[in-house]
Amino acid sequence: MSKSYADLLREARAQIREVSADELAALPAGAAAVVDVREASEWEQGYIPGASHVSKSYIEQQIEGIAPDRDAPVVLYCAGGVRSLFAAQTLADMGYTDVASMKGGFQAWKSAGLTFDTPVVLNAEQKQRYSRHLLIPEVGSAGQATLLGSKALLIGAGGLGSPAALYLAAAGVGTIGLVDFDVVDLSNLQRQIVHTTARVGERKVESAKIAINALNPDVNVVLHEEMLVAANVERLIAGYDVILDGTDTFETRYILNDAAVAAGIPVVHASVFRFEGQLTTFIPFEGPCYRCLYPTPPPPELAPGCSVAGVLGVVPGILGLLQTNEALKVLLDMGTTLAGRLLLFDALETEFTELKLRRDPNCPVCSDAAVEARKAGRPFQVDGVNVEAPFLMTGSWGAAS
Amino acid sequence: MSTVFIPAVLRTSVGGVKSLAVDGSSIREVVDALVAQHPALGGQLLTTDGDLNRFVNVYVNGQDVRYLAGLDTPVAPADEVRLLPAMAGG
Repeated sequence: MSKSYADLLREARAQIREVSADELAALPAGAAAVVDVREASEWEQGYIPGASHVSKSYIEQQIEGIAPDRDAPVVLYCAGGVRSLFAAQTLADMGYTDVASMKGGFQAWKSAGLTFDTPVVLNAEQKQRYSRHLLIPEVGSAGQATLLGSKALLIGAGGLGSPAALYLAAAGVGTIGLVDFDVVDLSNLQRQIVHTTARVGERKVESAKIAINALNPDVNVVLHEEMLVAANVERLIAGYDVILDGTDTFETRYILNDAAVAAGIPVVHASVFRFEGQLTTFIPFEGPCYRCLYPTPPPPELAPGCSVAGVLGVVPGILGLLQTNEALKVLLDMGTTLAGRLLLFDALETEFTELKLRRDPNCPVCSDAAVEARKAGRPFQVDGVNVEAPFLMTGSWGAAS
Repeated sequence: MSTVFIPAVLRTSVGGVKSLAVDGSSIREVVDALVAQHPALGGQLLTTDGDLNRFVNVYVNGQDVRYLAGLDTPVAPADEVRLLPAMAGG
């Protein structure tokens, strides 16, 4: 026996419970998974705050990612309340025990004067460029919009900074700042893949900008052609959401750490030596800082840089990409960063080792007492003795030692 | 004997090996035994007062001995000791 649309609708109404817009609005946040089953073009015009979007045509494939628990409440809505009824029947067939459809759909919601959100809409080219991000529920168009609005600062456009610059650009991080005072040397090109043979002799920040914009012209590249020093660090890092430390001197690393802690900006740290690398993420006051890990720098003879000791080219490549992964997680606020963990990489053995890091309760930079002392403009003391920080803070933070 | 992992930057001081089996029931005994075998390590690991240099971290089974008992941290025969100096290369 054939059925008409009216027959199907009658059956759906008999099977599926309906809730009104006001009833849905009265539910406490998180009490039910609210799913918008309209087409993407309708969702872009506005949606119920907190709702997830799955077009009706994808409901079977994607609902389990949004509502894994079949006994938890789910409320579907569409534009007028019909498509959501049929989609709800599908969920009932799939074993969902508490599915409702919102009567009157989004039109009823708006008519009731209830608030709605409007998503950031990517243009057609952006939708294509970032389509593989948009397919990941944890990123999606909201996450991509976050990346496009984010600012990442690379200290050093060298071995670590090269892969980071390219992948941050490819990912659509909207603003990438580059700090480097050097020029491209032929000996850099064994690992610094953001530069080219034709650009030997050019300023590194300019060379990196060409590569970044060739990959993704959307990215705003901010050039800081200067050495990061105590006198300019606060100005250089101001306004950035995350910093990738890829410098090759201890002095720069400590100056950056001290200023980033004071400014509350996360720093993704990596360093390399021959076949080995170290990586961690410093999130101010949530985990340890660089001084908690290494209270003082080693003497220069015990810590040769790449220009003296050499490095296998892929090692900064691998570590720089792991840094980028950390930076993207910080920007998108997802997953678990390496805060409180130090990751060691040994390229010869292809071996990763993880060590536990702790905040130093006597840290001269990030401990509560150090912060208090800094704000009061007095030296930080432990047991009545001034703790020397080897590099001085400038500006409003005063001297740390 | 516990296994002590030597980072690349210190390997020239121990004849180029990656790890050494060393006797000792505390970090102090392990470090003393290491330095006795390879005197060039002494200046890199220890201050003139015999304390650990603050730019070299020592881990026992992934835990920093500064937050355990420092040089007095006990070491069992199967433990892994890791010396970790700061690196700056980028």
